[in-house]
Amino acid sequence: MADMITYREAVAEGLARELRRDSSVVCLGEDIGAAGGVFKTTSGLFAEFGKERVWDTPISEQAILGVAMGAAMTGMRPVAEIMFSDFFACCWDYLANEIPKMRYMTGGQVTVPLVVRTANGGGLGFGAQHSQAVENWTLAIPGLKIAAPSNPADVVGLMAAAIRSDDPVVFFEHKGLFASKGPAAPEGHVVELGKAAVAREGSDVSLVALAATVPMALAAADLLAADGISAEVIDLRCLVPLDMATVLASVGRTSRLVIVEENPFQGGWGGTVASIVADEGFELLDAPIRRVAAACVPLPFADALEQLVIPTVDGVVKAARTLVAY
Amino acid sequence: MTAVDSGAAVVGADELLGLYEQMAVIRRTEKAAHDLFLAGLVKGTTHLAAGHEAVAVGASAALRPDDYVFATYRGHHHAMARGATPAECLAELMSKGTGLCKAKGGSMHLTKASAGMLGSYAIVGAHLPLAAGAAWSARLRGSGQVAVAFFGDGATNIGAFHEALNLSAVWALPVLFICENNLYMEYTPIGEVTAVANPAADRAPGYGIPAEVIDGNDVVVVKDAVHRAAELARSGGGPTVIEALTYRHFGHSRTDPGAYRPAEEVERWMQRDPLELARARLQVHGVPGESVTAADERAARIVAEAVAEAKAAPGPDPHDAFTDVWADGGSAWRT
Ligand SMILES: Cc1ncc(C[n+]2csc(CCOP(=O)(O)OP(=O)(O)O)c2C)c(N)n1
Ligand SMILES: [Mg+2]
Repeated sequence: MADMITYREAVAEGLARELRRDSSVVCLGEDIGAAGGVFKTTSGLFAEFGKERVWDTPISEQAILGVAMGAAMTGMRPVAEIMFSDFFACCWDYLANEIPKMRYMTGGQVTVPLVVRTANGGGLGFGAQHSQAVENWTLAIPGLKIAAPSNPADVVGLMAAAIRSDDPVVFFEHKGLFASKGPAAPEGHVVELGKAAVAREGSDVSLVALAATVPMALAAADLLAADGISAEVIDLRCLVPLDMATVLASVGRTSRLVIVEENPFQGGWGGTVASIVADEGFELLDAPIRRVAAACVPLPFADALEQLVIPTVDGVVKAARTLVAY
Repeated sequence: MTAVDSGAAVVGADELLGLYEQMAVIRRTEKAAHDLFLAGLVKGTTHLAAGHEAVAVGASAALRPDDYVFATYRGHHHAMARGATPAECLAELMSKGTGLCKAKGGSMHLTKASAGMLGSYAIVGAHLPLAAGAAWSARLRGSGQVAVAFFGDGATNIGAFHEALNLSAVWALPVLFICENNLYMEYTPIGEVTAVANPAADRAPGYGIPAEVIDGNDVVVVKDAVHRAAELARSGGGPTVIEALTYRHFGHSRTDPGAYRPAEEVERWMQRDPLELARARLQVHGVPGESVTAADERAARIVAEAVAEAKAAPGPDPHDAFTDVWADGGSAWRT
């Protein structure tokens, strides 16, 4: 069996591989240098690459993304960290108005090859301003690519693809997955952006998931198997490009679809997936499409309350059973 | 107008005549843009820079061709000072396929990346961190380039201004922050909403950045100040804030008559027209009046031809609505 590493270690490994490979890659963010990041996802980088490659910034989210953008426009490949994805709200102008629009507005004169890394999602009891899953915020903006890996090997492979991409990529690292383990990525591992993975094959129902909802869907699939229900789990890996071909092919095999998303139901990415399947895959379906998403409230602090608000394995199992019985 | 010396130490006679002609071209292009807007041939909005010419032309004269410039929605003068032609600017304003940005940007987003003019930004203050980033990149690449952000007085009260100044100072970045203080935001005087007299220069000391308040209507003064700041930046001395006092000749945008500005104030600033100031300096230089007239005539001809060229240009390629989102040229977001 291959070596196992944590998702957290995979982030640092993915960054280190690209820092070694390409001298135009440079990292910046709050506490990412000697401190190794508040989640220790940049651990060891400062020691290996030094302060000219790994830059500690002031607490200035606008400057972090603005500086990254200016550097990306002039020959560098910056990787900017926004400590918590909730703080996207503090630099939203750069994510909504500047980074994604520059190439288009200038008629293709300028490219912006940067990566914005951020710790996303709940499950750690950090309360309403440090727990949100905000991947749907970025999905609302044409011009951003969006990756959200679910396992250590994908962290490395998608990181390589994101950094090498000439387009801006928002890279969501899930806080709830940092301690999880998986096989290490082989040397030179690259996972092309926009290619979903079939994480588990099945024939009765498709569970389409992203980041932390992938292990949740896999756990649900185990429980469903005990009931004799065969669930297929699709790991989207990216929201843009969105691999609808893989989703539609899966629904073609199973005829039932449960979408498992951590962002709120209102405006969540599952709405986009559901609308495309309803439109282009209507004939494939034997049951309504079901979305398991976060409730439309700010995230509560207490574990007991948070569990009632964000998707759970039980919630996915219930939704799948209902569809199979439909 | 105050008496002037020739400024020969900074700008020789021939160069000054050239700078004068550049300013004359910009002035006439802005006037043409205004007329084309009134004629319904320019849609959306314009923010004309007539009156601000000396800031752009003086700064450009002090910069290297490979330096980077970032401007605001009031940025026609910066695009032209860096080498965009009046024809490609006017074509962009007139939604023509030959426009600088293939008619996908418009008046507020003139960009000429090949000349280091890396964009015009319509979110107040947003581009100051971008200029810092370009300067950071120059430093990382060891290229010796500097980056310049031009911005309005109003931008000094937005967070990005303060974040950019602090980070640039801490990282000693080769970046120049040049405020075009024209005394007004859209319609409200900057003095009414700012606690210090010089909105840019008075903030700089708080970030440990040297600052200078200059006559932004005098192209010689601007070139001198920008030259010194750029040299400091190139030698590792970090950023400088330059607050260039100037005044717009038109209203804020579109057809705004600028009625909120006291007539006496307008009159006083019209006396300090950057073109007049340059003419006075040329006279002290001993440049014959006919040479100045010839420069004016050339400028008039260039702009008249540009207007004709832009008018005759084809509209945008419909296909281009769906290009240039991604680096591969396309806009596909799903399979
Ligand atoms: C963040 C933001 N807030 C408000 C506006 C609307 N707005 C456009 S121009 C302007 C005035 C800016 O004044 P100043 O910075 O002095 O530049 P000037 O127009 O005088 O050149 C305002 C408020 C905007 N574009 N962006
Ligand atoms: Mg102003």
